[in-house]
Amino acid sequence: MFNYYLRLAAISIRRHWGLSLIMITAIGLGIGTAMTTVTVNYMMSANPIPQKSEQLFYVQLDSWDVNDPFDEGQNPPDQMTYTDATNLFKADKAFRHSISAQAFAVIEPQDPDLLPITVNARANSADFFAMFNVPFLYGGAWSAQADTNKELVAVINRETNDSLFAGKNSVGELIRIDGNLFKIVGVIDNWQPTPKYYDVTSGAFNDTEELFVPFSLIAEEKITRAGNTSCWKPSGDGMAAFLRSECIWIQFWVELRDEQEQQDYLTFLDAYVEQQKQLGRFERPLDNRLSNVMQWLENQEVVADDAKMMMAMSFMFLVVCLLNTVGLLLAKFLGKAPEIGLRQALGASKATLFYQYLVESACIGLGGGLLGLVLAWLGLQSVAAMYGDYMKDLTSLDTTMVLLAMLLALGSTVIAGLYPTWRACNVQPSQQLKSQ
Amino acid sequence: MLESGLIIRALMRNKIGALLIALQIALTMTIMVNAIFMIQDRQQQMARESGINEEDTFYLTNTIFAQDYNIQVGLQTDLNAIRKTPGVVDAIQINAIPLSGGGWSSGLQTEPGEDKDGIGTAIYMVDDHAINALDLELIAGTNFSPSDIGWRLPAQSAWPAKVIITQALANSLFPDNGQSALGKTVYISNNQPMQVIGIIKNLQAPWNGWSGVERSALVPFQMESRSGRYFIRTEPGRRDELMPVIESMLANSDKGRIIRRLSTMEETREQSYRQHNATNKILMTVVSTLTLITAFGIVGLAIFSINRRTKQIGTRRALGATRWQVMRYFMVENFFISAVGITIGIIGTVSLNYWLVNKFNMTPLGFELIALGVVTLVIVGQLAVLYPARKAALISPATATRTV
Repeated sequence: MFNYYLRLAAISIRRHWGLSLIMITAIGLGIGTAMTTVTVNYMMSANPIPQKSEQLFYVQLDSWDVNDPFDEGQNPPDQMTYTDATNLFKADKAFRHSISAQAFAVIEPQDPDLLPITVNARANSADFFAMFNVPFLYGGAWSAQADTNKELVAVINRETNDSLFAGKNSVGELIRIDGNLFKIVGVIDNWQPTPKYYDVTSGAFNDTEELFVPFSLIAEEKITRAGNTSCWKPSGDGMAAFLRSECIWIQFWVELRDEQEQQDYLTFLDAYVEQQKQLGRFERPLDNRLSNVMQWLENQEVVADDAKMMMAMSFMFLVVCLLNTVGLLLAKFLGKAPEIGLRQALGASKATLFYQYLVESACIGLGGGLLGLVLAWLGLQSVAAMYGDYMKDLTSLDTTMVLLAMLLALGSTVIAGLYPTWRACNVQPSQQLKSQ
Repeated sequence: MLESGLIIRALMRNKIGALLIALQIALTMTIMVNAIFMIQDRQQQMARESGINEEDTFYLTNTIFAQDYNIQVGLQTDLNAIRKTPGVVDAIQINAIPLSGGGWSSGLQTEPGEDKDGIGTAIYMVDDHAINALDLELIAGTNFSPSDIGWRLPAQSAWPAKVIITQALANSLFPDNGQSALGKTVYISNNQPMQVIGIIKNLQAPWNGWSGVERSALVPFQMESRSGRYFIRTEPGRRDELMPVIESMLANSDKGRIIRRLSTMEETREQSYRQHNATNKILMTVVSTLTLITAFGIVGLAIFSINRRTKQIGTRRALGATRWQVMRYFMVENFFISAVGITIGIIGTVSLNYWLVNKFNMTPLGFELIALGVVTLVIVGQLAVLYPARKAALISPATATRTV
């Protein structure tokens, strides 16, 4: 029967090809627009590290000005001071912890004919690599001793390794950074968490860094600090004064494996802040926070307002397209009233008629869904072209999205077809036959 | 109109079809008016002037990597060389570029003290060539003199004694009388005094989305920094020709540094508003396809209802109705449907705007845009029904008798 209904649907669609084309186009446009915006939102709000997102916590302490609270008192500062970060690091109360900040470096190649290259760098502690599941192509992370001994070691990414060492295993090689020789201990394979959750302060969708060195080298001025820095008190002159200041510029993450560890860590943080209060710091009320990866991304509003607004709009757009379909299907099915009357008179039950017209709606939905996928793909291409780098990792359709698009198209068309189908089944056969 | 009652009675017999169209019109209006409002809002933001010459200017980053490099001498040599290049109007070292998204801000206050409120201000560290290089308009007071310029060492906390501020900043600092700012003392870092020696008409902060984007200050500093920016203004029309000349001149004159990130101000503006532009294009596409779809919906349903009423139309024509009367019937019918849709649409528009205002801090919508939406949709509806109505008018009276 199903095949027979499919054939009937095909005949009907071909006969009213103009009307069918309008319906398929409308659904296609609706699905295309909705899927374009849904995909961007979905990628923006994706979980960048699903295996561990519940165990990684961003630490916030409210060390800000009592007269002029950070974020009007709604949130503690989004980064940490050097004093607090190094104190927490030394206390060593978490399973793993990562202290890190953005940095900037010029690498001078050994070959004097080659021009030096500038790279975005990160100064971080050894645990960073293990905590954030950083994949290594060659070698691995440096040891915790390297942090404490301020060793000149470096991890580079694959691209830098390609341009400096033509892609060969460069572990053990030396590179000159700002005049000092650093030993390479590891090369990172392709790694681009989206969003770049471990540091969203200068763009949640930026590229990962090209060079990683021990955090302790910042204080030694062996690497130049970069990134967002906010201060509420004058910091004084020179590096030592800056490190002692109340300026925030560090991201501090901890890995806590269960509820108990989280509780213990929060207790430790509270005790730490109480102790600092005695020293005259932390004049604001106690507000220590541990946010896991998804909470942190939510708190930092990583999904752009524009994207949310467009998604709301495109769903309304889809609704208009569906209303359109309901109207046109109604017109089409009621136009066939004489035929329906005839079939009923010949013994077709309401259920079979219902089934038949539902198959026809589904066929139109399928056509609309396919067209919608093509349009969504085109839409994402143009979004990527118009927004540039900012969107480049956010505009690919994966299997989930393709399935969702088809499901949305089929589901919504079938629902849109319900009322017209029901009306069609309730045609009075006697009346129709009379007017033949 | 005489037929109104008749048309409404006929409409009530096919409520659902008419209601579907009305709802479609309502939603179209809701989306259209709000989207156009959002587009306008962005366009207004993009139309604001940065205050500087954007046509003939570019900038580059100078990164020093050599050890034992005399930064102060290097900077003077570079600036002298650029300023002497034929075709260059002026050049400066600057810490931030308007519209670029990255820069410094600090609070300025009219009274010293940690407990006093500061006004967020974008700080541009420049020398006495800045007004010429950026092409700013000094509306009161004087420019810095060469002796005002001090060196700023890395992580230095002391500020110079003079400052030039924008008119908007003067008005924020001295709300009673912005003009009186000239000669007054303002405080930076809570208690370091700076005297306002000049007021410039307009200079935007580096962050285009910031509410205080018009509040900027020029501070007479040259920075002793291993990574600095040079901003260069050329004679009109000579920018593109001079960019590579200056790049290679700098790169070749001194091998202890890298010259990188050459960019024109026009590119910076394009980058800065790229998201705005993209969003506007998307919204425009949505609005136009939406209107088209609604129009098609109206055409489709009108054709359907005319087909159903072929016989009645023929009968009316046979009884003496003119073609124009038949056409008018369908156009008035469409007008009624549109009226219902638009009424619901106005409620929808205002509600969506209310939600947007609350959720995304947008400004409330003006009355004119709603009026524009109403007029547009009435016209779209009438245009869409024109073709089916003409088809109806062409039905010959004979058809009324033929199919009985």
